[in-house]
Amino acid sequence: MDNLVQMNDFSNGWSWFIAIVVILGIIYCAALVWFNNSGSKEAKNEVMDTVWDEDLAEYNNPLPRWWLKMYYFFIVFGLIYLILYPGLGAYQGLLGWTQRGAYEQELAQAKEKVAPLYEEYGKLSVEELMDNPYARKTASRIFSTNCAICHGSAGKGAKGFPDLRDQDWLYGSSYEHIEETITKGRNGMMPAWIDIIGSDGSKDVTAYVISLSRESNHPDLLSKGKQIYEASCIACHGADAKGGQAMGAPNLTDNIWLYGGSEEDVLETILYGRHGHMPAQKDVMDKEQIRLLAAYVYRFVKEAEAAASSE
Amino acid sequence: MTTENLQNTYNYDVVRKFAIMTIVWGIVGMLVGVIIAAQLAWPMLNFDTPWFTFGRLRPLHTNAVVFAFGGSALMATSLFVVQRTCHVRIFSDKLANFVFWGWQTVIVLAAITLPLGITSTKEYAELEWPIDILITVVWVSYAIVFFGTIVKRKIKHIYVANWFFGAFIIAVAILHIFNNLEYPISFTKSYSIYAGVQDAMIQWWYGHNAVGFFLTAGFLGIMYYFIPKQAEKPVYSYRLSVVHFWALSFTYIWAGPHHLHYTALPDWAQSVGMVFSLILLAPSWGGMINGMMTLSGAWHKLRTDPILKFLVVSVSFYGMSTFEGPMMAIKTVNALSHYTDWTIGHVHSGALGWVGMISIGAMYYMIPRLFGREIFSVRLIEWHFWMATLGIVLYITAMWVSGITQGLMWRAVHEDGTLVYSFVETVQAMHPYYIIRFLGGLVYLAGMIVMAYNLIRTVAGAKPIVSAIPQPASST
Repeated sequence: MDNLVQMNDFSNGWSWFIAIVVILGIIYCAALVWFNNSGSKEAKNEVMDTVWDEDLAEYNNPLPRWWLKMYYFFIVFGLIYLILYPGLGAYQGLLGWTQRGAYEQELAQAKEKVAPLYEEYGKLSVEELMDNPYARKTASRIFSTNCAICHGSAGKGAKGFPDLRDQDWLYGSSYEHIEETITKGRNGMMPAWIDIIGSDGSKDVTAYVISLSRESNHPDLLSKGKQIYEASCIACHGADAKGGQAMGAPNLTDNIWLYGGSEEDVLETILYGRHGHMPAQKDVMDKEQIRLLAAYVYRFVKEAEAAASSE
Repeated sequence: MTTENLQNTYNYDVVRKFAIMTIVWGIVGMLVGVIIAAQLAWPMLNFDTPWFTFGRLRPLHTNAVVFAFGGSALMATSLFVVQRTCHVRIFSDKLANFVFWGWQTVIVLAAITLPLGITSTKEYAELEWPIDILITVVWVSYAIVFFGTIVKRKIKHIYVANWFFGAFIIAVAILHIFNNLEYPISFTKSYSIYAGVQDAMIQWWYGHNAVGFFLTAGFLGIMYYFIPKQAEKPVYSYRLSVVHFWALSFTYIWAGPHHLHYTALPDWAQSVGMVFSLILLAPSWGGMINGMMTLSGAWHKLRTDPILKFLVVSVSFYGMSTFEGPMMAIKTVNALSHYTDWTIGHVHSGALGWVGMISIGAMYYMIPRLFGREIFSVRLIEWHFWMATLGIVLYITAMWVSGITQGLMWRAVHEDGTLVYSFVETVQAMHPYYIIRFLGGLVYLAGMIVMAYNLIRTVAGAKPIVSAIPQPASST
């Protein structure tokens, strides 16, 4: 009865209508051949009476037998298929097959197959997972399938998509933060300022923001920019402009730019705002998979730290 | 010439115009096809401009080859055939002329709006609502011209080619109108009145029957005239033509859901679509058998007649792709083939093989006759034939291998439940096949240019001929 619930798209009347029209349609196809197959069964190449356009004529040879057999075969096949599978309106078919059922069954089988492996992984600590070559292999493939499309196959990111290999983490670089980011996703929101501080104001702030990490080309704008910054930007980016991981506000002093660090890019960010979206993976992956993946990405953090300290 | 005398001749003028534009649009449409094939192999050819990107040129390619090349070929041949097999002049010279200029206007508007990104987003029905209305007006005029000529006919029994042309004209009108019902929100943008999966179903009811009626029934009309004419043999079986005409016209309408296997479309609709797609195999092959068997006793002509080669190989491709189609409609097969290049290969064995070659054959037959000339070079037709065949073989084998590879790579799973290949790896695996496909298309296009040269030399300096209508040999 569960399956019937899915068929409530149409009332009983519709169900009958569909079933009858389908069956009549198949009968029509069969009858068409059946009633046109009279007469001689041999190809005699007898020309019919009518001649068009001086020399166009027609024989009236019989329907080839192999063709007839093929025709009937598919009609019978179709009828059997519609007895076994859903097709005749709300009738579910003898096999009780549904697309959703088939999908769920395959998924359950796949999960059952990998369950022992993930049980083993579950016994390992995060640190152990980070070093386990098998766990890393699995995680790297989860990463290629699900993460690489934005973050790149090496995790180096791109404009608008964070680099996972650097030491700049908008929402925190601890294992727990990374796991949370993957599980629940993140939504970054830089508001558009064009209507509030205007184009000129935005240019001033741009100059000031750039001066925080490198020399600005517009020293004349800095004091005005600083004023606007202190009135409008510190709520998120902080008085020291080092941002805040609680709301994912970027550090403006490290010369790492998610949306580009050129004057044009920064100005565009201020004028029109930015919307970063890391999709939540909790409905896409199992907890165990997320754990593996988070450990894999956490290793990037450790590798970046090690590289920085050896420099 | 007096009106009465005019009525004793065929209107070849409109046929000539459509025939010439068939060649022109064929070259244009296929050139765009070659360009987008190159873009897939070498993405930098998108040149970072919106107007020249694959996403905008692809609908331009499909519209140009289906509606501009295919449409002009269908209008040229149907208006030629309906006059000659009814033994009367076309119903209205003025309206026929309007159909020509109207249709060319539609094509030019498509060529302008699609690169600009003006689109209703429905595949093969991308043109926006003002153009849709123009198409409707032109199409109804075409129907009046065609059926008006049938009504005037001197031979009571309507020739089989005209049944197919007639079914094509009526079905395309219905498909076009119902799929393009939309709410305009501005002069250049509209939204479909259907929502969700119903919109998808209507779209593929249209999409599949654009193939079924535009690219199949219409071109079967071409086949039924030009094969017996060129082979100088009677059509093999009248009975078979009756059966497969009615079975094909009826069954095609049901097959659309196979484009939506394993989607939000309800299970019952998918099953019904699959069952009728399989039943459709026999009616489709009825046409192939009638085309092939018409040649029995005339096979030797194939050795010396390249026009007949085009026509016959076309019918072979028709048989092959109408076998492949039902097989791909089987859900299990579709689970592998859907969304892969296999579909593209399938479409092009129909488009380049069946539609392209039958049109080419018909044009080689028709155009010299329309100008009262002999063909300039039979050898060049022979060359064109082999170029077209080589092009198709390269194209479809590349897409088969690519498509099946793609399908298998997508579904390959490791022991740990992860996918074996990331998406980018599957793209990388396609690259060599994309280059082969580009080469195939290029060779096919080059063949069209050989054709254009041959036909220009054929008709150069020729005065359009006036052809008197002969007395019907019989009037039953």
